[in-house]
Amino acid sequence: MIAEAGLAALWLAAGLAAFQFILMIGALRSEVGLVRPMRSVAVVQGVLTIIAFAMLLLVFATTDLSVALVYENSHSAKPFIYKVAGTWGNHEGSMLLWVTILAAAGAWLAIFSKRTSERTLVAALGSQATLALGFYAFLLIASNPFARLNPAAPEGQGLNPLLQDPGLAFHPPTLYVGYVGLSIAFSLAVGALLTNQVDNKLAQAMRPWVLGAWIFLTLGITAGSYWAYYELGWGGWWFWDPVENASLMPWLAATALLHSINVLAARGALKAWTMMLAVIAFSMSMVGTFLVRSGVLTSVHAFAIDPERGTFLLALLAIYVGAAFILFALRGAMLKEGAPFELVSRETGLVINNLLLSVILVIVFVGTLYPLFVEALSGEKLSVGAPYFNSVAGPLALILAVLVGIGPLLAWRRDKRPLFKQLTIPALLGVTALVITFIVVPSMAILPRLGLMVATYLAGAAILPLIGRNPLRAPLATWGMVVAHFGIAVSLCGMAMNAAFTEERLGIARPGDRLNVGPWTVEFADVTPTAGKNWTALEGKLRATRGQGLVILKPQTRFYSDPPTTTNEAAIETFWNGQLYTVIGKSDENGGWQLRLWWKPFVTLIWAGGALIALGGALALAGRLWRLRRRRRQAEDWRQERYA
Amino acid sequence: MSRALRFAPLAILLVLISGLVWRLATPADTTIGSKLDGKPIPAFNLPAALPTKPTLNSADLATGQPRLVNIFASWCVPCIAEVKVLQQLKARGVHIDGIAVRDRPDDVANFLAERGNPYERIGSDTQSQVQISLGSSGVPESFVVDGKGIIRYQHIGPITDDEVPMILAKLELAK
Repeated sequence: MIAEAGLAALWLAAGLAAFQFILMIGALRSEVGLVRPMRSVAVVQGVLTIIAFAMLLLVFATTDLSVALVYENSHSAKPFIYKVAGTWGNHEGSMLLWVTILAAAGAWLAIFSKRTSERTLVAALGSQATLALGFYAFLLIASNPFARLNPAAPEGQGLNPLLQDPGLAFHPPTLYVGYVGLSIAFSLAVGALLTNQVDNKLAQAMRPWVLGAWIFLTLGITAGSYWAYYELGWGGWWFWDPVENASLMPWLAATALLHSINVLAARGALKAWTMMLAVIAFSMSMVGTFLVRSGVLTSVHAFAIDPERGTFLLALLAIYVGAAFILFALRGAMLKEGAPFELVSRETGLVINNLLLSVILVIVFVGTLYPLFVEALSGEKLSVGAPYFNSVAGPLALILAVLVGIGPLLAWRRDKRPLFKQLTIPALLGVTALVITFIVVPSMAILPRLGLMVATYLAGAAILPLIGRNPLRAPLATWGMVVAHFGIAVSLCGMAMNAAFTEERLGIARPGDRLNVGPWTVEFADVTPTAGKNWTALEGKLRATRGQGLVILKPQTRFYSDPPTTTNEAAIETFWNGQLYTVIGKSDENGGWQLRLWWKPFVTLIWAGGALIALGGALALAGRLWRLRRRRRQAEDWRQERYA
Repeated sequence: MSRALRFAPLAILLVLISGLVWRLATPADTTIGSKLDGKPIPAFNLPAALPTKPTLNSADLATGQPRLVNIFASWCVPCIAEVKVLQQLKARGVHIDGIAVRDRPDDVANFLAERGNPYERIGSDTQSQVQISLGSSGVPESFVVDGKGIIRYQHIGPITDDEVPMILAKLELAK
C-alpha cells in the first residue's frame, strides 16, 4: 500500500504541475492576476512530492522486498542508516530526491516570495512547475521507483559497499539541494525575461536562493572530495573525474552568478549577463545530472548506461535549456543596462571575476567533453586528465585568487583612492612566503610555490575590508565575504602544501618490519581477521611514531558478500600539521603485505577552507535575510504609525 | 549585447546536444587495442620452466610459421579452464609456446601433468619482466606472432571454446 500511495502522490503532483503550466500561459496571455491559485497549487504540488519521497524512505527503512527497487539496492542485514541512505543511492531514488527538492523549492518560493512582482512570480512558479513536469514524466514513464516485484524476493541484493559510508548519507542530498536550488534562479530569470521585468528587485529576490544553493554546492563538493580521499584509498583529494567536474561546473557558474548578481542588485547593471548566468548555472546542473545518470562518460562513478533513460534526460535538457536560451536570445536585446561605471571600480572588479570564472568553467567543460567530441569527429579515443586541468586552470585560479584580495577594496562606480597602499602588508607577506620556500625547499614545483605565495598574500588581503573600521559594526554580509575569501586562502594553502610536501611510501612488509615515511616510522605489527554486520575484513595493525608518542592505525581490506566486493578502508590519523594515511593491500606468498603510507602535511586545510567558504556564504545569507526582515518590520511600523 | 552574442549560448547548446546524441546512438567501445600490434616481439631469453622442455627466447618465435604465445601460471584459476582449449588448438596444428609467470618448476610440472601439455617450449618468467615488456597485465593472455616475430594480435583473458575459430582466423591471417 505504501508504494502505491507514493506512486499516486507522484501522479497527482504531475497533474498539478501540468495545471501550473496552463495557469502560467493563461497569466502571460492576459492581464488576469493568477498569483493566488498559482501559489496554492505550487504548495500542494510540493507537499505531494514530499509525501511520495517519504513513502520511498519508508519502504527502504522497512526493507519491503516486494518493491523492485528495494530488492535491487538493499539488504536486510544492512545497518539502518544505510538502508535509509540507500533510498537515494540508486538511479530511481536519486531522481525522485531531485524532483522532490525541485518541487519543495517551488513551494518555498510560493510561500515566502514577497519582493518579486506578481506577474514575474506567476511566470517563475510556472517555469519551476514545467521543469518538475518533465522530471515527473521521466520518473513515471522511464524510472518508476515504486514498481512492485511479484512475487516478493526473499532477500535483497545489497548496496555497493563503497556507498556504505556516512559520506553517502549526506553527500548526494547536499549536492542535490545545491543543484536544484539553482533551479529557482533559473525560473526567476525565465519569469523575469518573460515579463520583461529584469531589475534590481529581481536580483535582490534571486540572491538568497543563489547564495543558499551555492553554500550547499560548496559543502557537497567539499564533502565529496573528502569522501573520495578516504574511501577510495588512493590518497588523492580531486581526480578531475567527469562526475566531479559535473559538480564543479555548476559551482563555478553559481560563484560567478553570486558576484554578478550583486552588481545587478546594487547598481542595476550587467542585466543580460546575470540572466544568462542564472540560466547557465542551472543548465550546468542539468548537464551534470545527465552526465552522471546517463553514464555517457567513462568515470569512477560507474553507473549503468541505459540508452532509453539517457535519451529521455537528454530530451529534457535540450527542451528546457534550449527554450531558456531562445528566450534569452530574443529578450536579451530589450534589457537596458543600468548605471554606467568606470574602469577602476568594484563593477569592473566583479566583471573580471566573472570573466575568469567563466574561462575556468569553459576549460573544465571543454576538458570534460573533449574526449567525446574527438571520438565523434575522428574516431580517436583519448582521455583528458589532471595534467591538462592543473596546468590550464591552475594559473588562472591563482590570478583569480590574487584579484580576490583586491576586488572587495574597490568602491562602486569609480575609485580614485590609492589602492596599493592598503595591499602593501599582504603583498609583503606573500613575497616573504615566496622567499621562505626558495630557502627551505629550493626544488619545489612552480605551481605549489606560487600557490603558497598567493595563499599567504590572500590570507592577509582577505581581512582588509574589516580593517580601519569597527569589525563588530561591519554588516554580516561583509563578514561573510571576508570569511569566504579567507577560506579560499586556507584551501589554497592546503592544496599547495599537499602538492609540495606529500611523502609516499609503497612497500611489502612482514609483521615486525618497519617503514619510514616523512617524519614517521611505521612498524607493521600484525594482521587479524575481524567482522562487521555485513562484511569480514583483514585488519592490519600499524604502530607509528615520530620520535615520541605512539599512534596505532588499523587499515582494513574488507570483503562484502552482497554484492561480493573488496574495498580498502584506509586508516587515517589527523594531527595539527597533517595526516598519516595508511592502506593495507594484498599479501604475497612469503607472508608479506603491501602497505601504502602517505604523510600529507596540512592536507586538512583543503577541506577546512571549503568549510570556511561555505560558512562565509551562510553568514552572508543570514545577513541578507536579517536585513530584509528588519526592512519589512520598519515598513510595517511606519504604516502602523501612519494609521494610528 | 549584440545579436550574435545573444545566440551564442544556444549555438553551444546545439553542439553539445548533437555530441551527446551521437554518444547515446553509438555506445562507447571500451576495448583497448594492443599497443604492440604490428611491432616485433621484444627481445628476451628465458630459462626453461621445466627441465624436460627447451628454453624460450624471442628468436624461437620467428621461425617462418605463425605461433601462439600463451602467458600462464600454475596458480592461475582461469588458466586451468584454458588448457583444454589450448589442447584443441594444438590438435588443429597450432604451435603454442608458453611463458610461466612467477612460477616454480614443480608447480608447473604438476599443473601440466594433471591437465595435459599443449606447449612446445615453456619459458620461466619468475619476475614478470618479459610479461611486462609484452604489455601484458595479467594471466592468462595470448599473443599471435607471425613467422617474422611480429605481434599480430593480443588476447586478454582465457581463450574460450567460442573464440577458437577467431584465434584460428588470426593465425591464418598471420601467415
